[in-house]
Amino acid sequence: MPRNNDIKKVLVIGSGPIVIGQAAEFDYAGVQACRALKEEGIKVVLINSNPATIMTDETIADKVYIEPLTVETFEYVINKERPDGLLAGLGGQTGLNMALKLYEEGILDRYNVKLLGTKIDSIKKAEDRELFKELMVEIGEPVPDSVTASNMEEAQEFASRTGFPLIIRPAYTLGGSGGGIASNQKEFEEIVYSGLLRSPISQVLIEKSIAGYKEIEYEVIRDANDTAITICNMENIDPIGIHTGDSFVTAPSQTLTNKEYQTLRSSALKIIRALKIEGGCNVQYALDPTSSRYYVIEVNPRVSRSSALASKATGFPIAKVTTKIAIGYRLDEIKNAITQKTAAAFEPALDYVVTKIPKWPFDKFDHGDRLLGTKMKATGEVMAIGRTFESSFKKAITSIEDKNTGLVRKKYISFSDEELKALLTIQDDRRIFRVAEALSRKISVDEINYITKIDKWFIYKIKNLVEFEQRLKTEPFTKELYLEAKEKGFLDSEIAVITRKRLEDIEAFRKEHDIKAAFKIVDTCAAEFKACTPYYYSTYNEYDENMITDKESILILGSGPIRIGQGIEFDYCSVHAAWGVRAKGYEAIIVNSNPETLSTDFDVADKLYFEPMNIENIMNIVESEKPYGVMVQFGGQTAINLAEKLDKNGVKLIGTSLESINLAEDRKQFEALLHALDIPQAKGKAVRKVEEAIETAEELGFPLLVRPSYVIGGRGMQVVYNTEELITYFNSALKFSDEHPVLIDQYIEGKEVELDAVSDGENVLIPGITEHIERAGVHSGDSMAIYPTQKVKASMINTLVDYTERLAKALKIKGLMNIQFVLKDDVAYVIEVNPRASRTVPIMSKVTGIPMVELGISTALGQSIKELGYKPGLYDKTDLVCVKVPVFSFQKLNRIDPALAPEMKSTGEVLGIDTSFDRALVKGFLAAGYKFDRLNGDVMLSLNDHTKPQCDEIAKTLVELGFRIVATTGTHKYLEERGIPSKEIEHFDIPKMQAHMKKKQLCFIINTPSTNANAARIGSENRGFMIRTIAEMYSTPCFTSLDTAGAYLRALKFHNSYPNLEYNGITEYRKVCTLV
Amino acid sequence: MKARLLLDNGMIFEGENFGAEGTAFGEICFNTSMTGYQEILTDPSYAKQVIVMTYPEIGNYGINKDDFESSRVSAAGFVVKNYSENESHYKSYIKLKDYLKQQNIIGVSNIDTRRLTTIIRESGAMNCVITTEEITGEVKEKLKNFSIDKNITKLVSRSTEEVVKPAQEKTNGLRIAVIDCGIKKSIIDCFKDRGCELTIFPNDVSADKILESKFDAVLISNGPGDPQDAAETIKTAKELTGKIPIYGICLGYQILCIALGGKTYKLKYGHRGGNHPVINKQTGKVFMTSQNHGYAVAPASLPENVAITYVNLNDETLEGFSCKALKIDAVQFHPEAAPGPYDAQVIFDGWVNEMLERKYNVLDRLKKLFIKRG
Repeated sequence: MPRNNDIKKVLVIGSGPIVIGQAAEFDYAGVQACRALKEEGIKVVLINSNPATIMTDETIADKVYIEPLTVETFEYVINKERPDGLLAGLGGQTGLNMALKLYEEGILDRYNVKLLGTKIDSIKKAEDRELFKELMVEIGEPVPDSVTASNMEEAQEFASRTGFPLIIRPAYTLGGSGGGIASNQKEFEEIVYSGLLRSPISQVLIEKSIAGYKEIEYEVIRDANDTAITICNMENIDPIGIHTGDSFVTAPSQTLTNKEYQTLRSSALKIIRALKIEGGCNVQYALDPTSSRYYVIEVNPRVSRSSALASKATGFPIAKVTTKIAIGYRLDEIKNAITQKTAAAFEPALDYVVTKIPKWPFDKFDHGDRLLGTKMKATGEVMAIGRTFESSFKKAITSIEDKNTGLVRKKYISFSDEELKALLTIQDDRRIFRVAEALSRKISVDEINYITKIDKWFIYKIKNLVEFEQRLKTEPFTKELYLEAKEKGFLDSEIAVITRKRLEDIEAFRKEHDIKAAFKIVDTCAAEFKACTPYYYSTYNEYDENMITDKESILILGSGPIRIGQGIEFDYCSVHAAWGVRAKGYEAIIVNSNPETLSTDFDVADKLYFEPMNIENIMNIVESEKPYGVMVQFGGQTAINLAEKLDKNGVKLIGTSLESINLAEDRKQFEALLHALDIPQAKGKAVRKVEEAIETAEELGFPLLVRPSYVIGGRGMQVVYNTEELITYFNSALKFSDEHPVLIDQYIEGKEVELDAVSDGENVLIPGITEHIERAGVHSGDSMAIYPTQKVKASMINTLVDYTERLAKALKIKGLMNIQFVLKDDVAYVIEVNPRASRTVPIMSKVTGIPMVELGISTALGQSIKELGYKPGLYDKTDLVCVKVPVFSFQKLNRIDPALAPEMKSTGEVLGIDTSFDRALVKGFLAAGYKFDRLNGDVMLSLNDHTKPQCDEIAKTLVELGFRIVATTGTHKYLEERGIPSKEIEHFDIPKMQAHMKKKQLCFIINTPSTNANAARIGSENRGFMIRTIAEMYSTPCFTSLDTAGAYLRALKFHNSYPNLEYNGITEYRKVCTLV
Repeated sequence: MKARLLLDNGMIFEGENFGAEGTAFGEICFNTSMTGYQEILTDPSYAKQVIVMTYPEIGNYGINKDDFESSRVSAAGFVVKNYSENESHYKSYIKLKDYLKQQNIIGVSNIDTRRLTTIIRESGAMNCVITTEEITGEVKEKLKNFSIDKNITKLVSRSTEEVVKPAQEKTNGLRIAVIDCGIKKSIIDCFKDRGCELTIFPNDVSADKILESKFDAVLISNGPGDPQDAAETIKTAKELTGKIPIYGICLGYQILCIALGGKTYKLKYGHRGGNHPVINKQTGKVFMTSQNHGYAVAPASLPENVAITYVNLNDETLEGFSCKALKIDAVQFHPEAAPGPYDAQVIFDGWVNEMLERKYNVLDRLKKLFIKRG
């Protein structure tokens, strides 16, 4: 079956903002899909609300709509574009759910749009718990004893019959949101309730817990001719009970016999055939470790996070092949991208071990609930490739970019054996380190297996690593011993610590014995066929396969795992950097550790190294490649943090120099610089002791902004209002960073503006300036931001441009930079300068049309802005208006305060674009999932004393719009005094509020935190914190800043008067603007 | 203890010994299966071969009593990257290294198996010696003169006839004669599980002996070595041709090719693994097959009445043929898997159905014919 020639134009659904459970993997999949379609001469129309993605680049699709992912948008665009087909399976759960809605509302039929790939019926069968169960029974595949419940009564009936523990999984949700394991009645009721609520069809599957079984996954793919193959299987090191997204995973499986492997493989193929999936699909199994009996757990009838991982683990481009299948190709007609000779109809053979480790946000949210279960909590993941399990596992631990590398960690030393064993029962992000500690104390493998149910094979392997550390400690340090350490994945820095030597000595030893890393190719076929894939990983004591060309090369550092504060936007930058470097005639080499991203697709750069973002691993590459230089500007703080060490190793940093980076990042130097340039700044100081902090506070006056230096995403940043809070903060802050001081600044509560600029050292080009909706004090990543500025005076704009020019020149910035200002009383204070690409680079590139990363590369390589054909200064403002709205994942993370604070908490963002601020604002809110459908009803207000005096206008607007205000005691009194009607609700009557939210009686809540965020988190009795948390639980919108609430009301009002929106491609909006 | 691998091209790989000690000669080959080392080791087709596993972690699940393909290891040696000293599986009763010791097979670990595989791929199959002793001039000399015994199938075939009966309730009445050239237990099981009774003969059984017992069909099994060396079985196959339906797997398929007047040739480095895509020329469907062969059939050499049934997607080599007129059907790959994917087990279903059809439906069809005419 060659391709279907009726399909000439295809609409692709993107997956929207990054949330936990749906991250960069769908940008990777989406880009592959768009390219696969374009290759065939098919016109591609894309809708995605996420502006930080690469797929929303104009070069990826023929037409890009950065618009809210709503049925209205799709109907409008379908009507306008008249596509022949819809490709939904690459847009995650969002894409699939949208396809179902479009089908159910008859839109696909009305406009004669064919759903490409897996059909609606199949999607329903896989996603609907009851239909799926029926199908499994029909084809004789075992499923755990379970029931599908649409209400509490049905659920209860099953629970009473089978007893606990039970697993609850809501239908049609992503990342297990709303699910969990219940071991008693109370937990059961809570989880079932929230599960029913989260499921778009109010349905949950309740099944008998098979916790402790091995969790095995198969990535399978099928074409319309019924040829079906397995791409790879994966084994979770953590047994059933922890969401696979939160599990340590290896590929391929390690502990399965051939019969077990093949039995599950056959089952997966049988299922994909029964479901008639056309494209990629993921099947999850539970395998009894004592009987080879298995159960089918779940099927994802689409490309998933696991398939991104499988693609990177094997080299098989699942998303691309899925797309080709969707337009009619058979697997045997699609070429194997790696060998270029063989067909895609084959199963990869691995000759290495892959380990995946999740990246959790608990280092940021240290008060959060770290327990892992069926609800995914990781924001990202890392993958490592090694020739042995030990080296692969060890590399993966390094890739996580924790403060410490290695397995045996000091913090468990103080526990007694009994305490440690008790801790082993706790399934959280740190368990693997406790296992290592237990092994180092000679607690037996059997006992650890008994407690944790982790397969003994893995425990033995970890034991090998732990025991090897002992050998390093005790045995004479010989070449053989050192080589063995390297083979097992130990870093020189770790060996130095373990052997109590200096790192320099280890490095000298290594040099003396001429021990170098070797690189092997990922080729899908275990060397059976010749492949020239430019996809490498390191190993030791083996033959080096690396093919170094004569061409001058540039190494681009990626940004590692996705975490709060360092997300997909840096992958956008890395990928564009590779393209930019290549365009300049260099060989582009990327190194990164993140399997979800496009940057780790082997055909993005000329060469890809899948390695930890650790200095030793980077230096191995540098020594092998001898590149012209390294680009550190595009990989976020991960890359910037490596600058100093690279420089020390004599590596050329391309663009902005290390001195400049330090000048911008070192508090003291930067302060002096601003002073010298006569640029205002909030007064502040770097302190290391509590006494010093108190002294400084007296000098500067409260409120103050405190934070540790050298961090990403404002980790540990906070506003303090009095000495007591300062002391509390200071005592807890020190543990964040031993080497760097705590910074104390005056907190200026003004308007925050931000800009990105390209600098050649002499001149700067500023594509545009954005203005934040929330006043300073809310992290810029969590603020709503408008481009172009709406309320900044022209004179002030000139000042900002002037400051930027002065700073760029003084810092000798060559490449990209980002500056944040706070404006108050006609003074612009500089908050910070980042000598690198920032979070907003993708947005600014898209809305202004200026290819910022490419210009950054050119200027870093020494070209001037004028030479590049651009006029220095602020680029002409356009009439296009866009509003960026942050998106959070609090529903996945327990015990995290959703209140906006100086510390970043959002996981993703969306962009509303239109021709006016109001329209853009409406779209921004819609894209972020807010609704404007409730115009009357109750709105709850609960404000702190600080914000009460600012709430009058909002309260009046609410009344005017027809809402009834329900206010907590203090707020009620305040409103009463001003003659604004409100109904009082006792501020301590949390159960009543909960009941209101449960019954959906509250349209939304406006709640400003009563004290600082830290106190709220510590005191679980804190009512505000409880209100916000409960609101999250019941999906009741909760605004914690009056500015956000005000913007929402403005949008609501506007939408009320002008409910019909138009949706256009990004270039259309820009075209309109340039004409004006 | 150190162990060394010396290739015929002079390259030496040094690693750690596991399993037995000593010196062994053989032909080096690699297998890309990620699971199934137990089945591979006990597959008689690997006789006199030193097997390199491309998957680096080996020994993980030990050795169990259910997954043997024969009662012993026929391979000459075993080369891996990382031997897992500590296995973990509820079925495992012995460590891989202890089993190898029992079987007197030398294992060597810590070898750069990817490098080794690349060399085999580039230079082609070659002889080698694997040893825990010093590599002396004498050993080198012996390696130069080493060649695989032409009578190798005899070494792995049984010496006496054996009858294997299916479970009573499964019996379908079919009786198959099997010529054992080194048959894997799974092939026997695949027929047995489908209700067939098998009479397994040594590889040098005569055609008359088979024909006198009125079997429903003959199967020529897999086995080691160059098919052209299997003179006795080729002779038997020739004599059986046209007189009784014949099926062939792997070596059996190659023998049938020669019996029909076709030619076989040696592949540069063979096909060994569980991921070989084979396309069914009739349906266009592809399935993954388990393969283990160093020789292939030259399709152009086959007579005209032979139809090509399967082709390998990777290198377009022939994977199956059938001859309706002579009732011959044979495949190069291993439909019994073990190790490898079960996709091709449908071949057994097809064969058994065909035999049942021939046996029981002849009368029915005749009756129908009469009714039509009548």
